Amino acid sequence: MKQEEDFEANLAGEEGQSEETKTSWFKRIKKGILTSTAEKKETPEGLWSKCPECGYICTVTELRENMFVCPKCAYHHRIGSSEYFDIIFDDDQYEILYENIRSKDFLHFTDLKSYEKRLQETWAKTDITDSVRVAKGTVKSNDLVIACMDFEFIGGSLGSVMGERIARAATLCLEKRIPLMIICKSGGARMMESAFSLMQLAKVSGKLSQLTDAGIPYISLLTDPSFGGISASFGMLGDLNIAEPGALIGFAGPRVIKETIKKDLPEGFQRSEFLLEHGFLDFIVPRKELKEKLATVLSLFKN
Amino acid sequence: MPQDKNRQFLEFEKPIKELFDDIEGLKQKAEKSKIDLSDPIRKLEERVIETRKAITQNLTPWQKVQLSRHPDRPYTLKYIDKLTTDFVELFGDRNVRDDKAMVGGFASLDGRTVMIIGQQKGINTKARQLRNFGMANPEGYRKALRLMKLAEKFNKPVITLIDTPGAYPGLEAEERGQGEAIARNIYEMMRLKVPVICVVIGEGASGGALGIGVGDRVFMLENTWYTVISPESCSSILWRSWDQKEKAAEQLKLTPDYMHQFGLIDEIIPEPVGGAHWDYQEAANLLKPYLLNTLNELGQLTPEQRIEKRIEKFNKMGFYDEVAQ
Ligand SMILES: [Zn+2]
Repeated sequence: MKQEEDFEANLAGEEGQSEETKTSWFKRIKKGILTSTAEKKETPEGLWSKCPECGYICTVTELRENMFVCPKCAYHHRIGSSEYFDIIFDDDQYEILYENIRSKDFLHFTDLKSYEKRLQETWAKTDITDSVRVAKGTVKSNDLVIACMDFEFIGGSLGSVMGERIARAATLCLEKRIPLMIICKSGGARMMESAFSLMQLAKVSGKLSQLTDAGIPYISLLTDPSFGGISASFGMLGDLNIAEPGALIGFAGPRVIKETIKKDLPEGFQRSEFLLEHGFLDFIVPRKELKEKLATVLSLFKN
Repeated sequence: MPQDKNRQFLEFEKPIKELFDDIEGLKQKAEKSKIDLSDPIRKLEERVIETRKAITQNLTPWQKVQLSRHPDRPYTLKYIDKLTTDFVELFGDRNVRDDKAMVGGFASLDGRTVMIIGQQKGINTKARQLRNFGMANPEGYRKALRLMKLAEKFNKPVITLIDTPGAYPGLEAEERGQGEAIARNIYEMMRLKVPVICVVIGEGASGGALGIGVGDRVFMLENTWYTVISPESCSSILWRSWDQKEKAAEQLKLTPDYMHQFGLIDEIIPEPVGGAHWDYQEAANLLKPYLLNTLNELGQLTPEQRIEKRIEKFNKMGFYDEVAQ
């Protein structure tokens, strides 16, 4: 039987097993100082990247110019919030919000390590402050607030900080009457926050309900991977639910399902195309068309 | 409720079983020899009660998890039977099929009509299969939502009874949108115009539990647990082994006392001495006043006030630092 991908190591705050759940090939350089607007990030020049799908080898620079989509097979590499913000917002101009909200080890949770230590270690190796970042900017002159997850921060896990940052983003959208987009990329729950993690599903859903009443659009963009609590709440609650091609999206992870039904999973199971086929997505959008399509949708909502 | 001779005992309940055996022995002796042994039997029966009390007073979190899964424990339909009259069970999601892991319908609670919904586990091997071990598929969550909307239409309060090891992680469940079904329920429950009370009566595992768990008030029975993942799965992911479930149960702080202390639930409902499985009617009787009082309380508010407070209640949940920048 073939090995199904899982994100369990990432959720435990470790590096994943497969090439794509590792983040090492494309490590951000720690900037030291946090700024409220974006800066062009240094790319480790001359670093080579191999496409996990077709094996095509190119430099990270070349890949970046291609929005981290494989020039040969169109495989969409996993990227972080900074890359999405750069791709979507006009002129790389955007304001990062709520960075001061940080995780803490309220429960004194200890597995093989303490949660406190995991947080310290994660902060030490990245300039990302938690698993979601919120930014406000414009997309072809349409205002938009984006909450974008970073898989590199404990597997993009859903904890109190993600809940609070998204809730504040929604509140801002309500006050300023700006559409909200959440870019999902998460393996599931922040287990070290136990039931607090679970309650974030309800917390964010409540805020989305207020957006509905105010007639403010909410778009959910599902990217690879989007699992667990994400799909059981705001990931599936968009006025538009859209996805990148080939993204793995589901409630239960493929490995768990395989162990439950004791059979190999069908080809393409839980991929974006599968979800579109079964009626759970409005459309699939390739990364290169994302900005254009978003601008079209936002102006259709507005005019 | 099982007769005493048919009771099943967990490992830490074994002292009770020994007392039961002694009582049975004395009874048989009395029968045979025609000697009056009612005094020593009564003493032993008192010791049974004391032992039940002693055991539940000193449970580890993992033992509490085990008790929540006790094979003799009352499930949703049992509570409905003992709490209400005129229960009319309603089936189906009007779309795919009827999910036997989720039950519900209108019933009368002390003369007032309520919609009561919950996950249902089976009481024997065959029924456990039929009920899919209390693990609902998307159609179960959609059935629950259909019933809630029905309650809203007729302005009847909703009571949900939560008892699930999780939503079913199956192939068809994914095809039919398990995530979407739970998400929709969470969202719609937040907006329901009628009062909503949720009670964890057994296992409260993850999104599968929260899928019928958003309410104006959330209660937990004394010997239950509620969190984002089962201790077993948590052990396998964070400890990379299935053997650390006891540690995981401890670390997750999933018991009612912690959940109450954290402000994630509103009340802890007492159970009969030793656990709800010792007396189903008493378990229902202990729960009932909480439901009635809360319904009265919630009835004082307008739908708009309830919804606003409900959103605010969940919005407060979470812990984080706000650092200076
Ligand atoms: Zn390729």
